[in-house]
Amino acid sequence: MNAITLDNITKTYNKGSILAVDKATFEVAEGETFGLIGPDGAGKTSIFRVLTTLLLPEGGHATVAGFDVVKQYEKIRNCIGYMPGRFSLYQDLTVEENLYFFATIFNTTIEENYELIRDIYVQIEPFKTRRAGKLSGGMKQKLALCCALIHKPVVLFLDEPTTGVDAVSRVEFWEMLKRLKHQGITILVSTPYMDEAALCDRIALIEGGKILSIDTPSDTMKKYPGKLFAVKAANMHQLLKDLRSYDGTRSCFTFGDAMHLSFKEDTYADVGNLTSYLSGKGHQHLEIAEIPAGIEDYFIRITEKANG
Amino acid sequence: MDNIAIKADKLTKRFDDFVAVDAITFDVKQGEIFGFVGANGAGKTTAMRILCGLSKPTSGSAFVAGFDVYKDAEKIKKNIGYMSQKFSLYEDLTVMENITFYAGIYGLSNKEIKERGAELLDRLGIKNEAKTFVASLPLGWKQKLAFSVAVIHQPKIVFLDEPTGGVDPVTRRQFWDLIYEASDRGITVFVTTHYMDEAEYCGRVSVMVDGRIDAFDTPANLKKRFEVDSMNEVFYQLARGAKRKAD
Repeated sequence: MNAITLDNITKTYNKGSILAVDKATFEVAEGETFGLIGPDGAGKTSIFRVLTTLLLPEGGHATVAGFDVVKQYEKIRNCIGYMPGRFSLYQDLTVEENLYFFATIFNTTIEENYELIRDIYVQIEPFKTRRAGKLSGGMKQKLALCCALIHKPVVLFLDEPTTGVDAVSRVEFWEMLKRLKHQGITILVSTPYMDEAALCDRIALIEGGKILSIDTPSDTMKKYPGKLFAVKAANMHQLLKDLRSYDGTRSCFTFGDAMHLSFKEDTYADVGNLTSYLSGKGHQHLEIAEIPAGIEDYFIRITEKANG
Repeated sequence: MDNIAIKADKLTKRFDDFVAVDAITFDVKQGEIFGFVGANGAGKTTAMRILCGLSKPTSGSAFVAGFDVYKDAEKIKKNIGYMSQKFSLYEDLTVMENITFYAGIYGLSNKEIKERGAELLDRLGIKNEAKTFVASLPLGWKQKLAFSVAVIHQPKIVFLDEPTGGVDPVTRRQFWDLIYEASDRGITVFVTTHYMDEAEYCGRVSVMVDGRIDAFDTPANLKKRFEVDSMNEVFYQLARGAKRKAD
């Protein structure tokens, strides 16, 4: 059985004038870690709110753990954990009090499900008498995850758990998710960081309320049409301008210390011609190499198309 | 001294016995794009607040646009621009109202507001949206507008606090085009980010760990020193050793 199903879910705001989610359809298998990848405003949070029964969809059907999000919302609320994007614990309760509060609401005790949160909780236990509002960002995030897990949910919803979190804490957070996956929990997670997509079993790319692609991370990258090249030179700023005005260029974007260049047709993908063009423009220390596309490359490619 | 936009020497900020910023020393050149990165809680925000004239240091010295952070905080505020992802524009004001409001705050005359406002709308290609509420603009436009408003008074330095968080990949890159243009016009850019690919776009980068600056160099030199291929790995190696993150 699928842990989550969406069938043509549509959500609008402002009496229908803003289309936030446009006929979203996907399934998440039991025990799967599924990523919703897209920028702010893509519709990720609206999908989370429909699935966690906080918003009613205008159209379509959805189920979580086999229950209908409209008719059986109470059953869903009992068996899911939800970590919203904005910190939503009680700031003036301590770490321990927050955890106790959430356990009690779900008719359970901290002791009963301690095994599930132990790895995470031990990291914040030294601060258990501190008020939640006084914790650092990384600590708040760990406490919120503990509170979302304390009733041993069947499905865990994590809405942008790593936004604004530094690169080291992000790696640690994904390590925690991996351990939860081994416990059999289904996880729906959203992120604007494309590099985190690779850590999911499957990902949906979403933009403007539309699901653009659903696949495993590696198959998503393989869908990139045509060839892709990484180009480096001494003057990167000038290189970008010159590559964009090159005849065969379809698109060129900066990716860290290199430019990622795609051509209108693969017949233009001639390293020799490109090298002489760039040398003619006075570029030095040129490096040009064909590379496999990443998820961010593919995302840019399909959203460009979507934007016309 | 003329071509130095920011100079900090053993700059320190304590809160009781907690050393938030621990004797940091660095300088930023006029027109440079300077990346200020560090883990959550490393002390970036505290340091940035001092440099913007919003908080006094405990010891050490810092000069911003030639002004002393102890004595000339008000002059510093007039000579800098500031933008963050979290707060930048008023959603329930129109595009032009936001421009007028900020330009007014920065002390521009009505004539200047009119001229530069028109020029700004023209450059961003949003002339027809002057009377649109900011709330209904696409995120990418909001970002560009917020940046343009932050430099409308032609400051010597603009501080950008995580300007691209959550922004889509194309807009994120277009935003950097604006940063380069500002830098070409001679504006010094002081930028914080959690995207380590963006650290690669900076002229020089400082990495803060536990209140200290543990590394400060060009991206190329930092990668060479740590024998890695990306700034992400440089950051990971430095920040992994942080003690403060547990707090």
